[in-house]
Amino acid sequence: MSAALPSAQPSPAPTRDPAWLGRVFWLGAAAVLLWPLLVATEFRPWILVERDNLKVTGQFLASFLPPAHSAEFLAMVAREAWRTVAIATAGLTLAFIVAVPLTLACTRVLSVSALSGRMARGPALLRQVVRLLLIVLRSVPELVWALVFVRVVGLGPTAGVLAIALTYGGMLGKVYAEILESGEPHATHTLLRNGSSRLQAFFYGLLPQNAAELTSYTVYRWECAIRSSVVLGFVGAGGLGQQLDNSMKMFNGGEVFTMLAVFVLLVALADRVSAGLRRALG
Amino acid sequence: MTTGLALDLQALSARHPAARSGAAPALKATTLHIGAGEVLAVIGPSGAGKTTLLQALACALPPSAGQLLVDGRNPWALPRRELQALRGRLFLAPQVPPLPPRQRVVTSVLAGRLPAMGLLASVRSLFYPADIPAAHAALARFDLADKLFERVDRLSGGERQRVGLARALLSPARLWLVDEPLSALDPARARQAIETLVNEARARGVTLVATLHQVDMALAHFPRILALHEGTVAFDLPAAAVSRERLQALYAQHEHELRGEVPASAAAALDATLPAPAVVAHCR
Repeated sequence: MSAALPSAQPSPAPTRDPAWLGRVFWLGAAAVLLWPLLVATEFRPWILVERDNLKVTGQFLASFLPPAHSAEFLAMVAREAWRTVAIATAGLTLAFIVAVPLTLACTRVLSVSALSGRMARGPALLRQVVRLLLIVLRSVPELVWALVFVRVVGLGPTAGVLAIALTYGGMLGKVYAEILESGEPHATHTLLRNGSSRLQAFFYGLLPQNAAELTSYTVYRWECAIRSSVVLGFVGAGGLGQQLDNSMKMFNGGEVFTMLAVFVLLVALADRVSAGLRRALG
Repeated sequence: MTTGLALDLQALSARHPAARSGAAPALKATTLHIGAGEVLAVIGPSGAGKTTLLQALACALPPSAGQLLVDGRNPWALPRRELQALRGRLFLAPQVPPLPPRQRVVTSVLAGRLPAMGLLASVRSLFYPADIPAAHAALARFDLADKLFERVDRLSGGERQRVGLARALLSPARLWLVDEPLSALDPARARQAIETLVNEARARGVTLVATLHQVDMALAHFPRILALHEGTVAFDLPAAAVSRERLQALYAQHEHELRGEVPASAAAALDATLPAPAVVAHCR
């Protein structure tokens, strides 16, 4: 049978993408909004390539070579790098201890009253207070905490450890809570509905559900803590940062270069550890 | 031996938790008595309100009208601590097995015992399982004894569902509420699972309410059949008194379900049992 198909009038091909105008408009709007920001930050990148500035940059970079590599210097770098890792690790451990109870207190998924309708008023208020505490902890930069603690406990790594503990406690607490709330709550809610306590539901439902994400974020924060402890060294909190500050002030490019290389190694190490843990937990 | 919980529904209406507040309740003014230790199957086409009934009985869903009495007490009038203690005396097995990925089967099964364990004992059980023989015995009832130390995300959908059911055998509950326990099982496994649940509930004197899509399975193993249709009770009869005509009327627009085909909703629920990809949230 060769019934002819209903011969549809071929509609002319559209000449234009109807979404095109909107796209151009929003791109333009974004540029207009960004312009005042660039003005406010005196953003003039072309001065980087002016002849005089290029000379200064070139001299600084040239001083990197050869990297400092005397045995005495390398031993000192190793010692201070170890101290930097120690500051970051001790600080992050303290931050973890600060963050975990606050996280548990403000995670909605673990609320028993929110299982069936709205959360009760008391617990809801408590969660707001804990969230506010986390905001205060992390909104003060670790540099400011370090300056405070250097005055209290004197120059040295202790100030760095305490500074990282407070700021990072606030960050870990907030992000842990977000990770726990963005995961699938089915297992946790079922345990709570069957009469488990909140902490039991955490250990048997919420934690195994989100372990990989929590671990990888914690390792990433450890990497950040290593970078942070460098900056804290500049204000006298010890570690590799303090040595870097000294070498910069002496214009000793070779020493700066060696220490920067050590930082790159440490960050790469954290990256490998994180990837390995994710694979093990995935 | 303590007896099962008795349930009384007095003109109880309940709304699905995700429903808009103006929507019609999924369960409408239902009055029902379930005696202590009774074994009961709830049947009805998709959307009849079976799961909502189970959620209401589990004290998971507050009634929008009417009231629920558990052993003569209104759970929603209790202080939250006592409500949570009461929830420890009932066991709700959702259709999608509530198993977090990476957990081992032994841990998932022993989680049924959490309401009877202190916090310290339950944390210790994560380091070394508290009662391996009990977990093993419960799994053996569902033919899963060899999976004791497997990870749950490496099991098949049917195996995961049976792990969720084995958890009931460990729980201290006096009321089992089981939602579609057979949706992922082949006929032989389904018969074994339902026989295990019914026999164990009888032996322990536990009240058992199960929603089922497999009508023949319900008629063969359950003495009492409650049929729901559009949120109301269509009939509530001993299994022997359920006639072919009644079933045909009940499933009038859903005959494929009566013939035992897997309804689309159950298949969709099974897809949902697969672990969701981890949420990627970086740049913090």
